[in-house]
Amino acid sequence: MSTLRYRPLDLGRWIVWGATALLFALAPLMSDASFVLTLLSQMGILIIFALSYNMLLGQGGMLSFGHAVYSGLGAYFTVHALNLVGKGAFWFPVTLLPLVGGLAGLAFGLIFGYVTTKKSGTTFAMISLGIGEMVYACVLMFPAFFGGEGGISTNRVVGEPVLGLTYGPALQVYYLIAAWAFVSMAAMFALTQTPLGRMANAVRDNPERAEFVGYNTQRVRYLQMCLSAFFAGVAGGLSCINYEIVSAENVSALRSGGVLIATFIGGVGLFFGPILGAIVFTLFAIALSGFTKAWLLYLGLFFLAMVLYAPGGLAWLIAIQIPVLRARRFSELLWPYALALAAGLMLLCGLIGAVEMIYHLSLESAEESVIALAGLEVDVRALPSWLAVGALLAAGGVAMRHASRFVSARWHAIQQDIQRGAA
Amino acid sequence: MEFFLVQLLNGISYGLLLFMLSSGLTIVFSLMGVLNFAHASFYMLGAYFAYQVSTVLGFWAGLVVAPLLVGLVGMAVERYGLRQVHKHGHVAELLFTFGLAYLIEEAVHLIWGRSALEYRVPPELDGPIFQIMGSPYPMYRTFMMLVSVAMLVSIWLALTRTRIGLVIQAALSHPETVEALGHNVPRVFMLVFGGGAALAGLAGVIGGAAFVTDPGMAVSVGPIVFVIVVVGGMGSLAGAFVASLLIGCLQNFSISLDWSLAGLFSWFGWMVGPDTPLWSLWNVKLSQAAPVLPYLLMVLMLIFRPKGLMGTREG
Repeated sequence: MSTLRYRPLDLGRWIVWGATALLFALAPLMSDASFVLTLLSQMGILIIFALSYNMLLGQGGMLSFGHAVYSGLGAYFTVHALNLVGKGAFWFPVTLLPLVGGLAGLAFGLIFGYVTTKKSGTTFAMISLGIGEMVYACVLMFPAFFGGEGGISTNRVVGEPVLGLTYGPALQVYYLIAAWAFVSMAAMFALTQTPLGRMANAVRDNPERAEFVGYNTQRVRYLQMCLSAFFAGVAGGLSCINYEIVSAENVSALRSGGVLIATFIGGVGLFFGPILGAIVFTLFAIALSGFTKAWLLYLGLFFLAMVLYAPGGLAWLIAIQIPVLRARRFSELLWPYALALAAGLMLLCGLIGAVEMIYHLSLESAEESVIALAGLEVDVRALPSWLAVGALLAAGGVAMRHASRFVSARWHAIQQDIQRGAA
Repeated sequence: MEFFLVQLLNGISYGLLLFMLSSGLTIVFSLMGVLNFAHASFYMLGAYFAYQVSTVLGFWAGLVVAPLLVGLVGMAVERYGLRQVHKHGHVAELLFTFGLAYLIEEAVHLIWGRSALEYRVPPELDGPIFQIMGSPYPMYRTFMMLVSVAMLVSIWLALTRTRIGLVIQAALSHPETVEALGHNVPRVFMLVFGGGAALAGLAGVIGGAAFVTDPGMAVSVGPIVFVIVVVGGMGSLAGAFVASLLIGCLQNFSISLDWSLAGLFSWFGWMVGPDTPLWSLWNVKLSQAAPVLPYLLMVLMLIFRPKGLMGTREG
C-alpha cells in the first residue's frame, strides 16, 4: 500500500537556516580584532553545549545539574586522542576529532544516564548533581589520566594537513567550530521532529499518559539523555581543540551551572532559545568580566529576575511579540515599553552603583576611596554618594512598579482584542 | 580500638551536624515539594552572621542571633521569591533556589571577601573534655553533639506535641483540609521554610567554628546533604537521620584509612603491582577516594534500592 505524501517546500525554514549559515560564515568579518574571534569561537562551542542541554531541560523536562560531565569527559578523550595523533600512534584528521569527544560523551551517557534517568523531576536533578560531583572528585583522584589540577595540555597542529587545514590560525579554528555548530544545530533540530523527540515532549508534559500510550518513559528519557550527551561531548571536543588544554574545571559544577544559566536565560521552550542564551552568556562572561569583578553577581541577579518574571527566557519574550506585531498593535506598546526601559535603567544604575561601592569597600579596602563609575568620580566613603544611589534605587523601584502596571494593562487589552478577533 | 572509638565519635558528631542540615531540607521538601538548592547557602550565611555577631557580642550571642537572622532571611525568600515562582511549577522553584545559592555566594564574596574568616571556637569550649583510652577528646566536638541532640529533641517535641506542629503535620498530607479548617497554610509554609533555614543557620554557626568559614563552605557541603536526602529516601526524616550518621562515619573513617584494593588482593594472595592493568585504580587509597564514597553510595543505592533506605515512594 502506498501513501500519498504532499510536502510543500517550507520556504521560511530554508531562509532561516540559510541566514544562520551565512551569519556563521560572515561573523568573523565584523572586525579584525583577535578578541572578536575568541568571543565567536566561545559562542559557537556554548551554542552546541546549550542546545544539547536543552534536549534535556526543554524537550525532555529533565533539569540536570551535571551536564558538564559529558562535555568534560568528551574533552578529556579528545585531548588524549589528539596527543596520540601527535605522537604518530595513528592517523586521524583534526577536523573530525570532535567526533571522538561525542562518542566519549555518548559512552558516558550510556553509563551514567542509566542511573540518572531512572527518576525524573526533582530526584533526577539531585542525582545528576551527585554524578557531577562524583566525576569531579574522580578526575582529581586519577592524575595519570586526567592530569590532576593542572589538566592536560595539547597541540592542535598535528599530522598532515587535510585540505590545507592546519588549524594553526585562530580563524581556521573558528570555522571548524562554526561548521560543527551548524551541523549540530541542524541535527538537533531534526531530532526534535523525530518520533523520539515528540515522545520526549510527551514524557515531559505527562509521563502517565505517555505510559498508557505504551511507551516506557524511562527509556525515552534514557535515549534522549544519551543523544544529548553525544552533542555535549562534541562541544567538549571542540573546546579542547580551541583552548588546547583540558582541566578539571571542564567537568566542574561551575560549568554545569553555567550551561544551565545560559540555556534558561535564552529560553527553554523554543528551539532557538539556547542559541540566544549562549550568545548573551558569552557576552556576559567575556565582555562584562573585563569591566567588573562582580560580573557573576550581575549574572546571578539577571538569572533570578528571569526566573521570577520571564520564565520562558529571552526567546519567549521575543516570541510573544509576534502576534501583537501581526495584529499591527505594536505601536501602542512602544510608549509603555520605553517607560519600563527607562525605569529599569534607573534601577540598574542604582544597583550597579551600590554593588560597585560595596565591592570597593570590602575588597580593595585601600586608601583609595574614589572610584570611577560611568565617567563620574564617586567617593565610596562619602554620604552623598550613598544617598544618590539609594535615591536612584528607590525612584527606580517605584517607577518600575508603575511602568510594569502600565505595560500589563495595555498588554492585556491588546491580547483580549486579538482573542476576540480570532473567535 | 582507641582509634575506632575516636573516629566513631567524630563521625557521629559530624553526622549529627549533617542531620541538622538534611532535616530542614527534608521537612521543606515533604511539605512544599521544593528542593531547596540554597539550603547549604543558609548554612554558610549562619556561619558568616555568627562571625559578624561574635566580633561584637561574642560567640554565645552569635549562637542565638545568627540562626534567627537566617530564619528571617529564609522567610523573606519564601514570601517574596518562592511564592512568586510557585505557579510555574517545581522546576521553576528549583531553578529559583539554584539562582539564589549562586547569588548568596557572590554576595558573601562581595561583603566578606574571598578568603577564610577567623571564626574560632570560643576559649571556654577549647581544649579536651575527657580521655578515651589515654587520648584527649575535644570539648567542642562534645558541644556540637549536645547542641544537635538538644535541637533534634526540641524539633521532635515541637512537631508532635504542639499545636503548630500538628498543623504542620496535617498540612504535609492534606493542605486543602487544613486550609478549610481555617489555618493559614501559606503562612505555615513560610514558617517552615524559615525554620528550615534557621536550622541550617544553626548548623553553620557551630560547623563554621569547628571546620572553616569561607565562601566555599556551601558548595562543599551542599551536594553531600543532597546525597543524604536521596540515600535516606526522599522526604523521610528517619531515613535522613540514618543516612546522615552513615555518611558522617563513612567520611571520617575513610579519610584516616590507607587501605587500597591492591592491599585487599594481596590478602587473597593475588599480587598486583605497577605492571598490572588499571594499577592506578587498584592503588587508590581509601583516604584518597574519600570524597567519592558518598556519591558512590548514592549510585549503588539508586541501582539496588531506588526508594532509599526508608523512603516510601519510588517517583
